[in-house]
Order: sequence, then C-alpha cells, then structure tokens
Amino acid sequence: MKKSKGFWLFLILSILGYGITQVLISSGMLNPFYSNMLINIAINIILAVSLHLVIGITGQFSIGHAGFLAVGAYVSAILTMKLLLPFPVALIAGGLVAALAGLVVGIPTLRLRGDYLAIATLGFGEIIRIVFLNIEYVGGAAGMQVSHFTTWTYAFVCLFLTILVIMNFTNSRHGRAAISIRENEIAADAMGINTTYYKVVAFTIGSFFAGIAGGLYSHNFYIIQPTNFGFLKSFDILIYVVLGGLGSLSGAVLAAILLTIISTFLQDFPETRMIIYSLVLVIVMLYRPQGLMGTREITDLFGKRKATKGGGSYGK
Amino acid sequence: MEWVQQLINGISLGSIYALIALGYTMVYGIIKLINFAHGDVFMVGSFIGFYAITGFGLGFVPALLLSMAACAVFGVLIERIAYKRLRNATRIAALITAIGVSLLIEYGVIYVRGAQPEAYPNVFPNATFDLFGAKISSQSLFILLISVGLMIILQFIVHRTKIGKAMRAVSHDIDAARLMGINVDRTISATFAIGSALAGAAGVIFGIYYTKIEPLMGIIPGLKAFIAAVLGGIGIIPGAMVGGLVLGVAETVVSALGFSLWRDAAAFIILILILIFKPSGIFGKNSREKV
Repeated sequence: MKKSKGFWLFLILSILGYGITQVLISSGMLNPFYSNMLINIAINIILAVSLHLVIGITGQFSIGHAGFLAVGAYVSAILTMKLLLPFPVALIAGGLVAALAGLVVGIPTLRLRGDYLAIATLGFGEIIRIVFLNIEYVGGAAGMQVSHFTTWTYAFVCLFLTILVIMNFTNSRHGRAAISIRENEIAADAMGINTTYYKVVAFTIGSFFAGIAGGLYSHNFYIIQPTNFGFLKSFDILIYVVLGGLGSLSGAVLAAILLTIISTFLQDFPETRMIIYSLVLVIVMLYRPQGLMGTREITDLFGKRKATKGGGSYGK
Repeated sequence: MEWVQQLINGISLGSIYALIALGYTMVYGIIKLINFAHGDVFMVGSFIGFYAITGFGLGFVPALLLSMAACAVFGVLIERIAYKRLRNATRIAALITAIGVSLLIEYGVIYVRGAQPEAYPNVFPNATFDLFGAKISSQSLFILLISVGLMIILQFIVHRTKIGKAMRAVSHDIDAARLMGINVDRTISATFAIGSALAGAAGVIFGIYYTKIEPLMGIIPGLKAFIAAVLGGIGIIPGAMVGGLVLGVAETVVSALGFSLWRDAAAFIILILILIFKPSGIFGKNSREKV
C-alpha cells in the first residue's frame, strides 16, 4: 500500500515537473541555453542511472559505458539520417542494438572480477570506439552529420521510463538478487543465486538505457565523432555514480544534475572542468569512499526510519 | 629483409612498453592497485627530459638520469598523498582514486603549459646499420640497449639487494613482512620510486623515438603497458618484460600487414583474450579465491 502511494506521488510530481518546464520552454521564458541544459541533464541522468544499475546495484565495476553510448548514438543516427526512419523507432533500435552489444560483451567479461572486469570493459569500450573510427559508412574520424531531433519531451519520456524501470528492477526479486551479488558474490552463489544470469541481465539493461541515451545524445548535437566516446566520457559517467554514492539511485541523479550544471558553466574552460572533476573524485574517495549518499535514497531522509537495504561492505 | 626490420621495430616499441609495465607490475604485486597514474608519470618524465635537453642544454644521459630522479620523487609523492590513506580501503575506491589522480596530472600539465605538442630534439646521429639487409636506425639500437641495461639493473636490485628482498617479502605477505620487522611503508615508497624512475626513462626514450610529445600521450602507452603486464602475469617482473615485447611485436605486425588504424584495437583484443582464457597471464599460476 505504502509503496504504491510512493509510486503515484512520484508519477504526479514528475508529470507536474514536466508540465511546468514544457510551459516555460514553449512560452519562451526558458531560453535555448537553459532548455538545452535541461536536455543534457536528462541524458546524463539516464547514463548515470543505467551505470548505477551495473556498478551500484550489481557491484560490477564497468568503466566502458561510453562504448554502449556510442553504439546507441551511431545506430540511431544511421537509422534517421541514412534510412530516414522516424526518431522514436531509431531511439528504440539504438537501445536494442546497445543491449545486444551489452549481452555480447557481458557474457565473457562478467566472469572476471574487480580490477580485471574494469580493465576488460575499458578495453571493450575502446574497441567499440575504434570500430566506429574504421567504418567509412559513418564518416570515420571526421564524424557524421546528425539532425537535431531531441526535444525536451523525448528526453523527459526516456528519463522517466529509465528511472521507472530501474527502480522497479531494483525493488523486485531480481534486484534483490543483484544486491546480494554486490554484497558478497561467493555467498550469493552459495545461496543458489545464478550470479552469471543476474550480472548479465543487469549489464544488458544498463547497456539498453545507455543506448537510448546515445540516441538522444547524437540527435542533440549536429555532429558525432568517435572521439566523443573515448574513456573520458566513460569516466564522466563514472563520476556521477561515484559522487552520488555507490548504490544510491537518487544520489546518481543528484550528482548528474549537479555536475552537468557545473560543467555547462565551465564549458569555455575544459581544463578547469577536468581538474575540478578529478579533484572531486580523489577527495571523495579519500574522505567519503561510499559517495555523498552511500546506499541511502533521498526518500530515506524523509519519513520513518526503516530497515536499511543492507550495505556497508560494498565491493570488498 | 622487411621482416627483420619490422621485428627490430617491434622489439624497440615493446621494450618501451616493458619499461612502463615493470612499474605497473611492481606496484600491483605489492599493494594490489592498478596505478592508472603510472602512464602520466611516463608523460611527465618525457616532458622533464624535453625541458632538460632544450632548456638546460643537457646531453642525453644527464637528461635521462634527471628525468628518472624527478619521476622517482614524483611517484613517491603520488603514493604518499593519494594512495597511502587507501591501504585498507576497498579495491574499487583505490581504483577510482587512481583514475582521479591520472586525470588530475594530465589536466594539471595542460593547465600549466597548454595542450600543444612539442617536437623532441634529436640527440642521436641519424646513422643506420645494415643487419642481414635490414636497415636499423641507431635510435632503435640505443633504445634496446638502454632498456635492456635498465632491466638488468632492476633484476639486480630485486634479487641481490636488501630493499629488493624486502619488496619480495612484502609482495608475498604484507602482514608477515611487517611482523618480521620490515618497514612496509618505506618498501612501498621504494617500489613506487623504482617503478616511476623506469617510467621516466621510458618517457625520454619514447620522446626520442617518436619525436612528438603532448600532455595526453601517457594514456594509450600507459594502457598498453598495463595490458603487457596482464599478458605476462601481473605482479611478475619477467612477465612484464616478455608481455611488453610480445605486445610491441604484435602491434608492429598488425601495422605492417596494413591495418595501422586497428593497431590500438589489437592490444585490447589481446587483453580480452588473455583475460578470458588465462586471467593470471602467461607466467601466472592459478589461485583459488577464498570466502
């Protein structure tokens, strides 16, 4: 009962939020700079939340997320620009192909653990980038022209669905299995949880939403290039998850909002931006390694104190 | 005799990777941390060598020694400031910190001196030797000699000196080593110093061989050196050398076959294959994980 009340509250609040911003945009009170920032925030939240599912919930340390972003971006761009399909179809197709890529990458690599998994996913991310660099059909290193299709409505709908799906996944039986893998993989295995299955499922879902974000990302700029999807992009996404708190969905969302705003205003000073990012990363890890929110959600701050979802021994 | 020439090129490139990989493997062997910042120490070493040659007018050998010394200090500073607090932290926290330190060094250097590349001065005469009909430049020969010399010195330090013995002991069991009266902190610092000095030397050699250096140049060679370390079995010193050489030769072969754009992908494909089929590397032994 309580859970469904929370759900309706979330639904009403988000529709309200969408309505207000949409009115502001269409009445011209929010200038293009800010509406573009809103779209960027939405894309980064989708990326952060999809990586949160892999790192924060399942505990699999993947640092090649930009590779799946690239797959979604390129596939959807090819569908709209070369095959002239409608944008929503291209978005979903981008997500599906990215999910397929996630499946293909996940099955062999998720047998690895910790540092090795991180390095393998980094390698796969780079391989995906190098593949796009070598395909002349998508423009090689020069990049590919893409029309501007992403609107606030598209970005919002995708964001809403992403958060809904990942929240429900986390609270489902599958999500609890994934959390048990995060807490202790060997113990989870001993309890009869099919760890490989849940790791691959979480990884594939994460890749799917990264692909959706990729579609939004490519149609929000006028050109996409393989260099946009190097591991600096992966680290950007990683920073959202780490700063927000490994295991906190609302933390990832808040960090994505905060850092996107900061980086939008530091656009003209890319070095300063990266210095701030890296300093934040190091200082958070040295003084608060569980991130700003830890495994708590923002809703835990209100209302009654309830049993925690477990945690504390993250990633040992 | 195209093949001999390619082989020599591959070995020269591989010995640069091997020099960087030694630092990775030594640090990993002792504190189980992938020191992502190691590739940036390599970059800093390259710049120190550059400024020493062009700014102070030093010769090659003094510049190499200066760069190694400065990098040793730099490596110890990184360890003291960023990694020391993380000895008992989770592996993921340590890995993220290393990534952060790496980005901080890269963009710190860009902030200080700008992102423009520099042309490395040529300190060797451009002589070529004939070996079985293959043309070998004096540079590749020098690179090979210096790398082999440094590796022999390293082997001597690790196997014949007191600090080397301490390093092997700490890498075997850190707590037992501490109980036996080994100063663990000092040993870890020494490991960082030696590894960073080798990276600094590799930086200078790389600059002379490729004639162009820039602040982000540490990323790709750093990653490839790491791949070399994994290939040979991370934590195993001879493994890093062999892994570096194998990787260098493999890359040169891929380029020579006409797939030069796929060169970087080749390294990552090797990495993934080795991780899937033999994660402990060529020289590694399998060990069971305990609950």
